Amino acid sequence: MNAAWEVVIGLEIHTQLATRSKIFSGAPTAYGAEPNTQACLVDLGYPGVLPVLNEEVIRMACKFGLAVNATIAKRSIFARKNYFYPDLPKGYQISQLELPIVEHGELFIKDADGNDKRIGITRAHLEEDAGKSVHERFDRHSGIDLNRAGTPLLEIVSEPDLRSAKEAIQYMRKIHTIVRYLGISDGNMQEGSFRCDANVSVRPRGQQELGTRSELKNLNSFRFVEKAINFEVKRQIEILEDGGKVVQETRLYDSDRDETRAMRSKEEANDYRYFPDPDLLPVAISDDYIETVRKSLPELPDAKQQRFVGDYALKPGDAAILTANRLLADYFEEAARHSDAEVRLIANWIIGDLSAAMNRDGIDIGDCRIAAADLAGLVDRIHDNTISGKIAKEVFEAMWAGEGTADEVIETKGLRQITDSAAIETIVDKVIAAHPNQAADYKAGKNKLIGFFVGEVMKETGGKANPAQVNDVLRSKLGKLADQ
Amino acid sequence: MSASSRDLHAQPLTQLAAGLSRGDFSALELTQALLARIERHNGSLNAFVTVTVDEALAAAKRADADRAAGKGGVLNGLPIVHKDIFCTRDVLTTCGSRMLENFVSPYDATVVERLADAGAIMLGKSNMDEFAMGSSSETSYFGPVRNPWDTERSPGGSSGGSSAAVAARLVPAATGTDTGGSIRQPAALTGTTGLKPTYGRVSRYGMIAFASSLDQAGVITRSAGDAALLLGVMAGFDERDSTSVDRPVPDYVAGLAGSLKGVRVGVVRQHFDAGLDEHCAAAVREALAVLESQGAILTEVDLPNLDLSVPTYYVVAPAECSSNLSRFDGVRFGHRADDPEDLMDLYCRSRGEGFGAEVKRRIMTGTYVLSAGYYDAYYLKAQQVRQLISDDFRHAFADVDVIAGPTAPTPAFKLGDKTDDPVTMYLNDIYTIGANLAGLPGISVPCGFVDGLPVGLHLVGPHFAEESLLCCAHQYQQLTDWHEQCPGDYR
Repeated sequence: MNAAWEVVIGLEIHTQLATRSKIFSGAPTAYGAEPNTQACLVDLGYPGVLPVLNEEVIRMACKFGLAVNATIAKRSIFARKNYFYPDLPKGYQISQLELPIVEHGELFIKDADGNDKRIGITRAHLEEDAGKSVHERFDRHSGIDLNRAGTPLLEIVSEPDLRSAKEAIQYMRKIHTIVRYLGISDGNMQEGSFRCDANVSVRPRGQQELGTRSELKNLNSFRFVEKAINFEVKRQIEILEDGGKVVQETRLYDSDRDETRAMRSKEEANDYRYFPDPDLLPVAISDDYIETVRKSLPELPDAKQQRFVGDYALKPGDAAILTANRLLADYFEEAARHSDAEVRLIANWIIGDLSAAMNRDGIDIGDCRIAAADLAGLVDRIHDNTISGKIAKEVFEAMWAGEGTADEVIETKGLRQITDSAAIETIVDKVIAAHPNQAADYKAGKNKLIGFFVGEVMKETGGKANPAQVNDVLRSKLGKLADQ
Repeated sequence: MSASSRDLHAQPLTQLAAGLSRGDFSALELTQALLARIERHNGSLNAFVTVTVDEALAAAKRADADRAAGKGGVLNGLPIVHKDIFCTRDVLTTCGSRMLENFVSPYDATVVERLADAGAIMLGKSNMDEFAMGSSSETSYFGPVRNPWDTERSPGGSSGGSSAAVAARLVPAATGTDTGGSIRQPAALTGTTGLKPTYGRVSRYGMIAFASSLDQAGVITRSAGDAALLLGVMAGFDERDSTSVDRPVPDYVAGLAGSLKGVRVGVVRQHFDAGLDEHCAAAVREALAVLESQGAILTEVDLPNLDLSVPTYYVVAPAECSSNLSRFDGVRFGHRADDPEDLMDLYCRSRGEGFGAEVKRRIMTGTYVLSAGYYDAYYLKAQQVRQLISDDFRHAFADVDVIAGPTAPTPAFKLGDKTDDPVTMYLNDIYTIGANLAGLPGISVPCGFVDGLPVGLHLVGPHFAEESLLCCAHQYQQLTDWHEQCPGDYR
């Protein structure tokens, strides 16, 4: 990044709330149904119909507000945002402008030096989603699918406190984690449940005044947010360094070409003619209600991370990985509860082999093929020397493939570690006898050859011999040779 | 046809209810008699957009069967007409507009549903100003409605089809909607009784929205007693309308039996200023004297911001309508222009062809007052003035139980007289708009004639005071017979 310029970013995150029915109607919100099968007359904007607020969205918005240490408005109002578009059935979107339900929140990310950095959350307001225009399927016509119309959204607006694409991603991931912890959104980015617009500007380092910004639309993955911001920052710096001016405009990110393109300028922007929606009463929220919601809050990611470090003596980095997802954290704690082994060993297995397997097969922790108690069973067998760490990987793969618990796999495949000293001594004698030259070299002082002998013994036992024991026996026997 | 059924049309709703329950005639006979009358007279009045002959006959047969089986609601077999702004399932709902010329609603409005559930029989849909925007029922795409007292004149508006149909004895009762006077002014101009309840008393669900914060459903009938009967059925909380109020519905019919003695009647000083026809003023003063003679106490009250009500209304109502009417875009229902070149062309021509001049005027006014840079000066200022007007009424109701005055400044005016001058037309609602801005209930009752044309007395009460308002009107009607007068050609 160019040191002469400071990057200023604010994010608007639209998160779809996981209600069963829509924000102002009783129609279901499930994703992926046949077009226009999940839209009732209210969603279709029929003459005479009226919106009725789904109270669940208020509870969800309150949860979010409390989780980011924000103010919950005692009185908030819905407003109409007026514009014409075929997938906007009423010709206006019901949203909030003045008096949003959540204001003045914050969360903390790590800056480049690893210190806590506060990011302000200006506001979070409730609104309804629009439908979708379908341009591909019809010759010279456009289709309209209104299944999504009226789906509840919480729009979370940050202060322009972010200073790089990396910080923006960190902030966005944190919001993503929080909404899933709270159970208010599934956060599914492929389905559009969690999407982001970024306001990006640059200014000469040290300047107070903000530069002219552009608004980047349609950023539906963490990777695209990062790429789009980096592209945009570079574009703006180039314009300014060439003596030009950045134009305030909305730009669309094209992931295929990895570039942003002008969509509409400030002059072309709609005048949305917001005004309070006379069909809906102001939302009044009492202190009691807020306290009830506060009591229902789960342990939040930051608190859980600190607890993991304190209670389980995990490294902060490992604790961060395990708490990034509430289900993963739950999985870890359940496994830890079932295991006699060191908790760190459990953490290593989850962060290492288990996560790798899930990534490889595209599986979420919620659908994990190995139950937490079973993973604990595997780690316990390493802990009590029934199997070695190396054999454990083989057992793990078998468990992942559905071949049973660790004990069952070890039994069926005969993977139990050889710990019988007599048996190990017999094999060691055999290996030394079979490699007289190497034994001679060892005797002459080439101590590194111990590794060779261990390898041979393991080969001979199919990896089942206890490595520590093999080491001891080898050293003892080869040592005796050396003494002779 | 029996002798009794020949004059069924002459009987008001309450009397018909008694006749049906005594078995003097059947719902089918009553329905047939009125359908025949509509057939005969609608040509001269244009009060109906749709007459639902088959549906009405079928419903009448069901009503008779229900009665025979000892079932049926309080309105069983009683005919009614719905203003064409109420959505009616499987029946055209045009809102008086080309935009909805072919719109068949897939559902019933709450008002329609409740009246039908109580046994009322819908005879058809009444004509109206386009999207309820007007005070003369001349802006309808389906042509102007005519006043049965003089067919060269307007029956008022926007519920003019309803008022004309009731005045001409084509139907004993009709629903209406009132955003700035659209029930009370046409009632005054046709010699009928028009009740606009408190905002929130009756559900707006299924009523095509004009100005959501002002719109309220009510009735036009031949008497306050009939209005009480209907309001009891229509009123009450509806979970589909967030602005409907969850509060018990009193027995309005039982409430009619009160007395005028000691009722404090506020007479608004500003109502008798310039602008009110002097003969109308005389009729209203005479009506006030009648109230006084029964023990009512007349007091002068002040509504200092009354002159701001019309300009305030013409900011708030167009602002809301400009947004409410955005859904008529030619995409999902209603009029769609032929062969649009692109999306913008589809919008422009569908709306340009579908809406009439007055609707366009209000959409443009409303769009303007909500625009960036104008919002504070117009919309926000209007909301502030609206609050002042509400406060005026609140102060007045600290001292009086009901406010009385004229409903409209003049009797029925000639068709075409005011169509070129919107502002003069708008001033016709000067006495009624305040109640809408403040959300108050109001009723207009006939109180005399000027040159053979009816004049209305307007009574306004505090929020949810329909019971005492209906009682006052009813007691007045016990002492007068203005409401029983029938236009000569429609006896």
